[in-house]
Amino acid sequence: MAESDQVTLLDLWASPFAMRVKIALAEKGIEFESREDDLSNKSPLLLEMNPVKKQIPVLIHNGKPVCESLIIVQYIDEVWTHKSPLLPRDPCQRAHARFWADYVDKKICSLGRMVWSAQEGAKKELIECFKLLEDELGDKPYFGGESLGFVDVALVPFLTWFSMLEHCGNFSMVEECPTLVAWAHRCMEKESVSKSLPDLDKIFGYFMELRKKHEAKKNA
Amino acid sequence: MAEPVKLFGVWASPFSWRVETALKLKGVKYEFIEEDLTNKSDLLVKYNPVHKKIPVLLHKGKPICESLVILEYIDETWKGISILPEDPYERAIARFWAKFIDEKCNHALWTACWSKDNEQEKAIEEACEFLKTLETQLKGNKFFGGETIGFVDIVANFIGFWLGIIQEAVGLELLTVEKFPNLCKWIDNYVNCPVIKANLPPRDELLAYFKARQQPPTGPKY
Repeated sequence: MAESDQVTLLDLWASPFAMRVKIALAEKGIEFESREDDLSNKSPLLLEMNPVKKQIPVLIHNGKPVCESLIIVQYIDEVWTHKSPLLPRDPCQRAHARFWADYVDKKICSLGRMVWSAQEGAKKELIECFKLLEDELGDKPYFGGESLGFVDVALVPFLTWFSMLEHCGNFSMVEECPTLVAWAHRCMEKESVSKSLPDLDKIFGYFMELRKKHEAKKNA
Repeated sequence: MAEPVKLFGVWASPFSWRVETALKLKGVKYEFIEEDLTNKSDLLVKYNPVHKKIPVLLHKGKPICESLVILEYIDETWKGISILPEDPYERAIARFWAKFIDEKCNHALWTACWSKDNEQEKAIEEACEFLKTLETQLKGNKFFGGETIGFVDIVANFIGFWLGIIQEAVGLELLTVEKFPNLCKWIDNYVNCPVIKANLPPRDELLAYFKARQQPPTGPKY
């Protein structure tokens, strides 16, 4: 990284999408400034840097914004090539990784939210998605093989949702998806992951607070 | 001898057509296998067991699924015209706009065309907001890719060709030259671009295809 590189992340402590970026930066050993935003009162900087979607995360690299978490992770991988490649070199394997990261994006977030708000049928479908991801992982230590890769970075922030999903869906992750739980613990042993994720109890408490407010609004 | 390339697709689908455009830009010979989505082939289900959708590209016996993933694979595998820019920042920008068009715009436009009454009013309003954003982004450039077509232009094919036809089929005037002059100019440049022009599906057949449906085929992804 050049001496003059300025890296800022427009961030939200509880966002799994922001966590993806933090993990990628940590894997590459890139120092950055994190600026916590407030989605109920978006900062002028966020509105300036992401005028189209007005969402975090936004990576600002030497004044230029990059938006959308998986696009940011690919950008980080393409700019800082000195260590920890997140995508493989082979085009077919790269396509495979992009496919599964896209799958995580399409399925896990929306189904997770549906389980949180107790929507019918969501839990069954979510568990099926997790099992499919387990099949894809197989007996590799990581989706990326011997080291963290693109799919690991895309999925591991959702570990912060596991306790909430279990509570709201009334099931046990380790019973339904033991391989995935073991993979998540393996990822947490890596400093890049453990320092990029918030305290798991804190985020569980946060989800429960949100749920109480959501229920109160519904019943009002 | 080059490894055979096969593409599972549907002639009327903008998604498989994106992949055909990219293959033709690179000068790659391929075999097109037409799928019947009401009766999916065993091969399609074998090669895309997760989503069971087209397009699927088969190269060296390995399937690649999801049109945007396939486009990047084609760009990385075959030399020739670059689909994505070389510079990482420009690539990130191209990927952002492709995702915006693919996930937000196309869905809103599709809903605007096929919904009715109040739902349609809301959908049209949303679609127009997205079109305004694209109008601004074009900034009077010939293509989203600049002087030549690129990743974003290929992904925007629904707006480039299909939207006009569906508008005519359902009797909707959404994308007009008065409201969106840059986009209309882009559409004109797009459909007259040699590699695009030579390979567009026949307009009258597509029009008949959409007119024959009271309901949309199965939604934007088909």
